[in-house]
Amino acid sequence: MEKRFSVSKILLNGFFILFSLCFLLPFLLVVSVSFSSEASIEAVGYTLLPSEFSLEGYLYVFQNPQQIIDAYIVTAFTAFFGTLCALVVMSMVAYSLSRRDFAYRGGLTLFIFITMIFSGGLVPSYIINTQYLGLGNNILIYILPGLASAWHIVILRTFFQDLPMELVESAKLDGAREITILSRIIIPLSKPVLATVGLLILLGRWNDWNTSLIYITNQKLYTLQYLLQRILREVEFIQAMAKEMPTGISAAQIAGDLPTESMRFALAIVAAGPMLVVFPFFQKYFVSGLTVGAVKG
Amino acid sequence: MMKKEVAKNTYSLPRSSVLSVRTFKKNWELLLLAMPAIIYFIVFCYAPMGGAVIAFKYYNYIDGIFGSRWVGFDNFKYFFLSNDAWRITRNTLLYNAAFICLDTIVGVALALLLYEVKSRKCIKYYQTTMILPHFLSWVIIGYISYALLNPSYGLLNQVIGAFGGEGIDWYATQGAWPFILVIFQIWQCIGLKTIMFYASVMGIDQSLFEAAKIDGANKWQQIKYITLPHLVSIITILTILAIGGIFRGDFGLFYQIPRDVGLLYPVTDVIDTYIYRGMKNGDIGVTSAVGLFQSFVGMVLVLLTNAVVKKINPDHALF
Repeated sequence: MEKRFSVSKILLNGFFILFSLCFLLPFLLVVSVSFSSEASIEAVGYTLLPSEFSLEGYLYVFQNPQQIIDAYIVTAFTAFFGTLCALVVMSMVAYSLSRRDFAYRGGLTLFIFITMIFSGGLVPSYIINTQYLGLGNNILIYILPGLASAWHIVILRTFFQDLPMELVESAKLDGAREITILSRIIIPLSKPVLATVGLLILLGRWNDWNTSLIYITNQKLYTLQYLLQRILREVEFIQAMAKEMPTGISAAQIAGDLPTESMRFALAIVAAGPMLVVFPFFQKYFVSGLTVGAVKG
Repeated sequence: MMKKEVAKNTYSLPRSSVLSVRTFKKNWELLLLAMPAIIYFIVFCYAPMGGAVIAFKYYNYIDGIFGSRWVGFDNFKYFFLSNDAWRITRNTLLYNAAFICLDTIVGVALALLLYEVKSRKCIKYYQTTMILPHFLSWVIIGYISYALLNPSYGLLNQVIGAFGGEGIDWYATQGAWPFILVIFQIWQCIGLKTIMFYASVMGIDQSLFEAAKIDGANKWQQIKYITLPHLVSIITILTILAIGGIFRGDFGLFYQIPRDVGLLYPVTDVIDTYIYRGMKNGDIGVTSAVGLFQSFVGMVLVLLTNAVVKKINPDHALF
């Protein structure tokens, strides 16, 4: 009995160790390519451990970092500021919806619910945002269209609803305004759910690349992820990063001289690394966000 | 429950019309708090819904949405008579159906296995590694897939070469892509799904298992009669949501992993990538028609699935 138990235990853990390698090895591959020399990539291809260790990819990235700095600033600003704005807008409406004595509750719920199951589609949104609102090539495009989401409002409302109503009641008796009740009583009690929703929004914005793809042509306004996508897809972009190259050399030569492969992957590490280290620490919030979201609205 | 009843009694107002001035005076503060969101939904959700009339128009930039000429159902006709309609609808539906089935089966299986691991430390480690891809954008996953599949440098071809095989030009091999896309989709989302199912299994009353063990139930019987029935509710909810989105291809997956290679369109093009490409080429009328078709069918499917589930078991319905 004892022995059989341990055999199944070894099999079980063996399976999970192999399984988790499926998730770790791809990262190791990307890191390894970023530290490989261009010559060794030419010779043997991408390897799980650098066959010839080199920092040339990173050197090129840090020699001409303006684009990455721009993209970092745009991404960080829109992600943090946008998340904050969205949390303010959504907790206000969620608070109103959480109040059972709010006369327009039913109508407003339907009004928001409809946006959950039907949308006009990408094309009308694009036309309205660019032609009527002037959001094309405008940094506000990262912030405004993401200000609210029906799902997140439902999560917040459900949480607010379960807070003790007596608090609101007594504050009202003391003559407090609704905005005061929200900011002084409800918000301080709702930190866990605000953290959950905030992190969900933040992750989405940090990883946003489609907005730039559709609305932005000005290189100064690219998000990090979009910059990365262009670098992976287009050789010209890498050439633009090597402005210091002496003139008179053809584009093909420049491309040939640059450590293009390792540089691409070095950039991916520089761009994605920090958040990949930070986010897993907040894993429990993401998980709780999911389970809250799965509860019926 | 008591709490809510008390609150309701103190707060319920004498019945008066929702539109009356008296109601407004009582509620204006809460309405004001809701205002930014109301304006947001009007501008960014309802205006595009109205703007969807361009699906019935011949759009030109100068006349705008309202000034453009009406063409009835011409845009829809054009789309449904083209070869693209069948291809992108089939791809979107089949891929999503595969994702729904496999994500659920693999997720539940992993959750059940994870439940058998008793060491807290190990569980934590397995969960954290599995969930890592969830924190990545599709761009980064695109890098990873490129590092594996690149025909000259990629790791996969090196492995094939090491076993004496001939390297394959993956970005020119249509037959491989259904598998590649399914694998990357599972790789990206399975951690979260597993953790969700695992959390649900953890919520089962332990005494049920103990009672079953005393009655002589083996592992498989415990799973069949206790664990799986308990998971039905969460599986149903997730499936309703997924069926509602069955007409929506994950743009990131289908755009970043196949790298927009034209040769692969027959097996990788879905409705969302088609709309994006069409819009970029200026086919406003047709793409907005496709978008409206997608949105409408999606809505019908959500309502239908929910109605069916409600009929079978009201507790599992979403709304």
